[in-house]
Amino acid sequence: MKENKETRAPESQKGHTIEKPKSSEGIGSMVSIEINGNKYSVPLGTTILEACKQNQIHIPTLCHHDDLCIAGVCRVCLVEVEGMRTLQASCAYPITHSLKIHTTSPQVRRARRHVIDLLLSEHYGECYACVRNNNCELQSLAKEYGVDQFTFGHVSAPLFEEDKSSYSVVRDMNKCVLCKRCVRTCIDLQEVGVLESIYRGHETRIGTFLDKPLADVICINCGQCINRCPTGALKANDPSDEIWLAIDDPTKHVVIQTAPSPRAAIGEEFDLGPGHSLTGQMNTALRRIGFDKVFDTNFTADLTIMEEGTELIIRLYKALVEGDKQIALPQFTSCSPGWVKYIEHFYPEYLDHVSSAKSPQQMFGALIKTWYSKKEGIDPANIVSVALMPCAAKKYECNRPEMVDSGYKDVDYGLTTRELAQMIKESGIYLPEMGKSHFDDPFGDASGAGLIFGATGGVMEAALRTIIELVTGVKVENVFENMNIVPVRGFEGIRYAELPIEKVGPVPEILKPLVPNWDWLKGATLKVAIAHGTANAKKIMEDIKAGGKFSECHFIEFMACPGGCLGGGGQPIPTSQEIRAKRAEAIYNEDASLPLRKSHENKHVLELYNDFLTDGPCGHISHKLLHTHYTPRGKYIA
Amino acid sequence: MENKVKREGAVIFSEYNRGDAVKKAISIGREDVLFELKESKLRGRGGAGFPTSTKWMLTAAAKSDKKYVICNADEGEPGTFKDRVLLLEYPELVFDGMVVGGYAIGAKEGIVYLRGEYEYMLKSLQDYLEEMRKDNLLGKDILGKKGFDFDIIIRLGSGAYVCGEETALIESLEGHRGEARNRPPFPVNTGLNGKPTTVNNVETFASVAHIVTKGGSWYSQHGTDKSTGSKLFSVSGDCKKPGVYELPWGTTINELLKIVEADNTKAVQVGGASGLCISKSQFDRQLGYEDLGTGGSIMVFNESRNMLHVLKNFMEFFVEESCGQCTPCRIGNVKLLEGVEMIEKGEYTFNYINKLKELGETMRISSKCGLGQSSPNPFISILENFKEEIFNNGKGGK
Amino acid sequence: MLVLEKNSLSEEIGKLVDLYGKDRSSLLPILQGIEKNHKYISDFAQQEVARLLDIHPVEVYSVVTFYSFLTHKPMGRNVVRLCQTITCDMFGKEAVAKAIERELGIKFGETTKDKSVTLEYANCLGMCDQGPAMLVNDQVYSHLTPEKAIEILEKLK
Ligand SMILES: Cc1cc2nc3c(=O)[nH]c(=O)nc-3n(C[C@H](O)[C@H](O)[C@H](O)COP(=O)(O)O)c2cc1C
Ligand code: SF4
Repeated sequence: MKENKETRAPESQKGHTIEKPKSSEGIGSMVSIEINGNKYSVPLGTTILEACKQNQIHIPTLCHHDDLCIAGVCRVCLVEVEGMRTLQASCAYPITHSLKIHTTSPQVRRARRHVIDLLLSEHYGECYACVRNNNCELQSLAKEYGVDQFTFGHVSAPLFEEDKSSYSVVRDMNKCVLCKRCVRTCIDLQEVGVLESIYRGHETRIGTFLDKPLADVICINCGQCINRCPTGALKANDPSDEIWLAIDDPTKHVVIQTAPSPRAAIGEEFDLGPGHSLTGQMNTALRRIGFDKVFDTNFTADLTIMEEGTELIIRLYKALVEGDKQIALPQFTSCSPGWVKYIEHFYPEYLDHVSSAKSPQQMFGALIKTWYSKKEGIDPANIVSVALMPCAAKKYECNRPEMVDSGYKDVDYGLTTRELAQMIKESGIYLPEMGKSHFDDPFGDASGAGLIFGATGGVMEAALRTIIELVTGVKVENVFENMNIVPVRGFEGIRYAELPIEKVGPVPEILKPLVPNWDWLKGATLKVAIAHGTANAKKIMEDIKAGGKFSECHFIEFMACPGGCLGGGGQPIPTSQEIRAKRAEAIYNEDASLPLRKSHENKHVLELYNDFLTDGPCGHISHKLLHTHYTPRGKYIA
Repeated sequence: MENKVKREGAVIFSEYNRGDAVKKAISIGREDVLFELKESKLRGRGGAGFPTSTKWMLTAAAKSDKKYVICNADEGEPGTFKDRVLLLEYPELVFDGMVVGGYAIGAKEGIVYLRGEYEYMLKSLQDYLEEMRKDNLLGKDILGKKGFDFDIIIRLGSGAYVCGEETALIESLEGHRGEARNRPPFPVNTGLNGKPTTVNNVETFASVAHIVTKGGSWYSQHGTDKSTGSKLFSVSGDCKKPGVYELPWGTTINELLKIVEADNTKAVQVGGASGLCISKSQFDRQLGYEDLGTGGSIMVFNESRNMLHVLKNFMEFFVEESCGQCTPCRIGNVKLLEGVEMIEKGEYTFNYINKLKELGETMRISSKCGLGQSSPNPFISILENFKEEIFNNGKGGK
Repeated sequence: MLVLEKNSLSEEIGKLVDLYGKDRSSLLPILQGIEKNHKYISDFAQQEVARLLDIHPVEVYSVVTFYSFLTHKPMGRNVVRLCQTITCDMFGKEAVAKAIERELGIKFGETTKDKSVTLEYANCLGMCDQGPAMLVNDQVYSHLTPEKAIEILEKLK
């Protein structure tokens, strides 16, 4: 399945999507071409770049990105097409008739070298003082083309001030090569629309509305632009220096919670290739680095399911049984801070649909500085709470002023997968060689339901595993083979599923204060939907606004990032549909291998309700610590 | 402001009455319009010289519910002003040409993209269109021909030379930055709003009006074999009679200089800033697609002019007017300009200047659109043709 | 900006949108209309246009900064654009420029204190046969001499 790539393309790509014939069968659908003297046959409409890739002919690229529509602006992928006066950008040239192509002729090589020389002449920064050292596409190009001097000079001083205003994304336009990938990501892939080219000619640069700092515009902090930036022009706001200080301070108790997605991707930072889960190894490494405790965010993911699931049941009960017209349905998930900021800006009138349950990160934060600190007898003032996240927006989330329900800043730092990999390397550790170890108590190892939060559809699947069992009393594995709720899985941009509730069971103990019985759900059909990437979220929101089929849903999962958290803005670079699929596979495989795979069966969670959140899910205590409110922000930029 | 044409030749300024071409077109039918156009061997007058009949046939053949005829009146090339004169003095030729275009390709909408600098003519052009509507030369069932609907609107540019490039122009019409598109697909298939579109120069439409009225073979009698008809030249610079001249293709530079009464001429820039600069020894070259193809800008420089200064002015123009999307043009032009400044200050090495010339060659073949592909022309041709003056004579001829 | 001003600007932009349509392709005519009436396109106006056309404010800003004749900083009531391209340059642009600067007491790129005139350079105005030339708002003046240019500016006051 392919991610939804339907686009509202920004200026330079509009009308430039290349239409391919529906099938490659039949007469006239294949074209024979010649590349570097060898004959090939490719489907009509294939670009020269794709044709070369399919045939293992390497062509360097810069502005091209598989997730994004065509730009054809960097001019690195030039090739010679016989009979044409000028060289052609292979990424943008669809093959519609027989062509003779040369990919490394002298003038091609010279032109590419010139383009690289020109880019370098305006690229300020030294490679060894850059986050993208060794993972920079400009650097690789320079190496590939044997650049050993700055033919056309080199800027000697920065022209632009770094924009560090945002908690999440740092922009350094001195390193920008104007490939416009971030523009295409922001406007087209995410439809947030913060970044565009501004000014003209040599003055052209990537800017925000009125060239304001990122913190002052409607950036949702998803960080997708970072993932697609070929250089160090975009990076996450890195807190590792502060974290090191805390670790080195003996008076501080430094704990880290780790989200499900980083463990499925961090191997990529150690040249493992996508699709390796390094949960146990990472736990060991974190302790080696000096974290005092290592917790699993999946624990609060399980807790989220209890809280958010209960909230849904309450909403449904009030709406369906009590006939309360004020109840907002469908309920929207709230775990993705990028999505939360998106809806605060773009659809503030729908904020009452968003579950008031905090995200797992923030639930954990609130528990660590209350329950945990009490239990362990540690002064919360001395606890430094770090969250390892695949996400750039989590950095913003933990800095939201309302996130202080423990009486302290609930989570002190959001750390990305990339940044942790850096800390691990700095500690002299080669992660894949680490021994495996478990998470620390009192939170212990969590369920597979919490783990799959990392993939798009995961929150929905986790919620369904619990809701189905609690409502029907039937084991999920008897309804869905291996507990895999396949209808909500996959990478389709928007997914929709219906689950008829044929019979109901007894109300479980924990929910008895809330509903007398399930009879009102008997014969009902639970309608759910999933969207990942805010462009897809927008489609659902517009449909709801228009009273379409999604307005009849009961529960909708929204994730700001394509692929869900595993494709988050803090994950290893590069990213592609293929890489994201591999990460998802790793997550689902790990889930399948776990003994515990349902949130409501997590005994540590149940203990927490017995011990601390004594008035149950959505009770008073939980409301104070685990729930939050949102801010209607709107789109107007003052 | 004066708009008098300095020399009226036998083609563009031959007799013409408003509506002639439209009447004729309706009487001979769509196919024959295209046939006459093919006979005429007319090539686009905007500079690139693409055969107009081919462009129109492709647009006519493209299947679509909507098509557009666009008149490129962005005339931004330094040294070009013939479109200004045509629009102000001979709007009937241009608009009739567009109506014929609509008829031939099956478009109902015509758009004139008028450069913002020419806003002062907007009112009179709109009034003229209104008159045409009254005469049923625009509107529904034009001249009684059932189903032949066509109307023209005028849209203003806003001060961007690159919007004269046809795909940048289309982007601009769609409300975007004037950034050229990738080709293919070409506008004849995927143009304005994704629909088949023909973009032609003002003078091209004016020529069409005559061709359709008087026949393709009449037109091709004029000029040379490959460059048929005549051309409007915008002559400026060091001559006694600058202005617009209609001359047959094939005229040599020397002949032209005589006509415009230029003395002591040292250099002629043919084709505007993005054209070539030639020196005395080449003044016997002919204007025409066989040799010096051009959109018609002729800038004359006499012995007193400093060619390095001229070059610098051109390069400054390109640095500002590049759309800035592609690397070779955005940064390349700056490097070339810096090179010129180095020479100016005497702080250059021949090694580096040669590197820049190589860069210019690369820009010609690697830039995304015609702007970056032609902006190195003055750099390469002036440094080559005037190297004596520039490198051996210090500051040039002054 | 006062609420009242905002309301009237919104209304005006609304009218332009009604006139040209809600498509993205109406963006330039709408911006040109605002520029003409206000001599610049304010932050608020840009966002209003974005809202009505359902595009992002940064896209409007991107377009405004691309085109020389659209501005996001307030201009004077009259905008004078002197052609700086070669033939105008050859026939005395420099002298005209100096005279104008002296007379108005401002440099190119600046606006007089009384906000009556903004001075700018423009690239080729298409008057190469009659240089030096300049645009004053949308009117073109050619064959300029320092004296003639000053005379034209006098009339603006
Ligand atoms: C930078 C640039 C500027 C151009 N400016 C103009 C122009 O002002 N007027 C024009 O007719 N063509 C201009 N052209 C050429 C157009 O792209 C296009 O070829 C022309 O409008 C086609 O019309 P024709 O076939 O009638 O010449 C320009 C091309 C480039 C690359
Ligand atoms: S050649 Fe210049 S004007 Fe053309 S697309 Fe490239 S940067 Fe823009």
